[in-house]
Amino acid sequence: MSDNRPKTQKQDLFEHPDFYEVDALLTEEQKLVRSTMRRFVKKEITPFIEDWAQRAHFPAELAKKFGEVGALGPTIPTEYGGGGMDYISYGLIMQEIERGDSGLRSMASVQGSLVMYPIYKFGSEEQKKKYLPRLASGELLGCFGLTEPDHGSNPAGMTTRFQDMGDHYLLNGAKMWISNAPHADIAIVWAKDEAGVIHGLILERGMEGFSTPEIHGKWSLRASSTGELVFDNVKVPKENKLPGKTGLGAPLMCLDSARYGISWGAIGAAMDCYESARRYALQREQFGKPIASFQLVQKKLAEMLTEITKAQLLAWRLGTLMNEGKATSAQISMAKRNNVRMALDIAREARQVHGAMGITGEYSLMRHMMNLESVITYEGTDDIHLLILGQSITGISAFKG
Amino acid sequence: MKILVCISHVPDTTSRIAFTDNNTKFDTKGVQFIIGPYDDYALARAIELKESTGATVTVLNVGLAETEPTIRKALAIGADDAIRVNAEPVDSFFVAAQIAAQAKAESYDLILMGRESIDYNSGVVHALVGTMLNIPAVSPVMKLDLDGNTVKMVREIEGGTEQVEAAMPLIAGCQEPIAEWKIPNMRGIMSARTKPLKVVPPVAVESGVKLQRFELPPPKGAVKLIPPDKVEELVHLLKTEAKVL
Repeated sequence: MSDNRPKTQKQDLFEHPDFYEVDALLTEEQKLVRSTMRRFVKKEITPFIEDWAQRAHFPAELAKKFGEVGALGPTIPTEYGGGGMDYISYGLIMQEIERGDSGLRSMASVQGSLVMYPIYKFGSEEQKKKYLPRLASGELLGCFGLTEPDHGSNPAGMTTRFQDMGDHYLLNGAKMWISNAPHADIAIVWAKDEAGVIHGLILERGMEGFSTPEIHGKWSLRASSTGELVFDNVKVPKENKLPGKTGLGAPLMCLDSARYGISWGAIGAAMDCYESARRYALQREQFGKPIASFQLVQKKLAEMLTEITKAQLLAWRLGTLMNEGKATSAQISMAKRNNVRMALDIAREARQVHGAMGITGEYSLMRHMMNLESVITYEGTDDIHLLILGQSITGISAFKG
Repeated sequence: MKILVCISHVPDTTSRIAFTDNNTKFDTKGVQFIIGPYDDYALARAIELKESTGATVTVLNVGLAETEPTIRKALAIGADDAIRVNAEPVDSFFVAAQIAAQAKAESYDLILMGRESIDYNSGVVHALVGTMLNIPAVSPVMKLDLDGNTVKMVREIEGGTEQVEAAMPLIAGCQEPIAEWKIPNMRGIMSARTKPLKVVPPVAVESGVKLQRFELPPPKGAVKLIPPDKVEELVHLLKTEAKVL
């Protein structure tokens, strides 16, 4: 198939910067995880990604390849088909995939953190056995339905509801901005019961009244597929309810896991932009010398490396807290917000270093920049994460009624 | 069937090469080490044979403790167990003698390795081991298939290929396209943690070669670009300046 042929002959020379020898904080195993994913990304993603993004093509076949290499649900125990890995390894996997593309990292992190994680944490043994191994292998693709057209930063206001009809539930409502939705085989949907309590339901493609229209015309995450979930009197079997936890806390726990992954992923996008800018600045000559010799270009590169180094340390420390089960939502908010904002700023600065070349698909800058405009908004906007921190500092919520 | 894959621990192909100690030692500072690329082909073919025949695959490396991450990677790719001969691989004869000593003790059916390592590139270890064990050694092997106890191979020779057959046990020095390099997966990395890695002392070998010093090639000169419509000028410069015509 033409989609599998490299669309660029340009060699992917990426190597990560490590100014503070953060590598010394990683185990040999974690470094092997990273080098494995880097090799995977150089083989399966970077030769094709510009073409996929330009054509808004979702490479659905990548799900199985992610499954083969073990990038789907790395922290889920091996008995359910997961990797049984620690959170720093998970972070490094996200870093390497997002170095390739934020949209493809979204595909993997939705599957791992927002679909497999809630089934593992809140699902029954039957649900775990039925879905987790097939999600880990990429045979099934999943999506996560929390956001609604009128309820983004305020998910507690959701209007999607289900009624107990005796032998089944009857689900009505709609979800929006759902990554993977148009290709998903299953969806984890958060909806209120008659008493207004939020529960998680597992929906399967093919259920009558359940549709997943695609959202077209995005300027961001173009290689990822985004859609709506529409429920029109969908009969959901009772065994498809996640029994382990109710209330908004359940989906928020999933978001913590995904946001943690994003805090690493954003570093990957930033490193790609920085490395590209460093190489370009040394090659591109103006006024008879490389532009890297000009102070304002050096300032840009120095600031980029400083911010990447800070972000690496933040992510690494957060990873150790995750491994110890001690990370708080506010700590995760700090890393997600800081690292994504840092990556977006670096993408813009790196684009400037590349001059006009930076706006073309020859380089990854503009694609990363546009992708990161979504990443800074989804899974908690930049503002909401600031206010979560504000609440953590003062004890006063500035956004809840 | 028992397969032994010998792997070297070599600098990544993109490494910057420098020397220390008055140009007598390779400078490992900041250098990433990998499984020798040719050895990686041998390992990939061994894993394919394991999958199709149920063979066991043991990897062997002659090196100090710092090579263990490279060995773990081979285990993550799918080898069953590993042996590290705890010694600096000083020269080809020394390495071959260590491999032969280990192979004698375990009687492998097939010993695979790269056609050469990409650090010192001697390309003689397979032949030396073959001589020491008195079994056939074939290199460079581009294709290797089993037919009962017979191994059918395709060798690269100047201007073409050569088909050879030999009975096991035998040694093959491998190169592409014998198999496609394998990327380990996360489950492989996790299981490599608990696979056995045996560290053994080296056998005593008298080395006849002593390294004097290394020398880097001279830096490349500037490139002169001649427009395509000025062929005469190009010929003139090749004659008078480059003096190659």
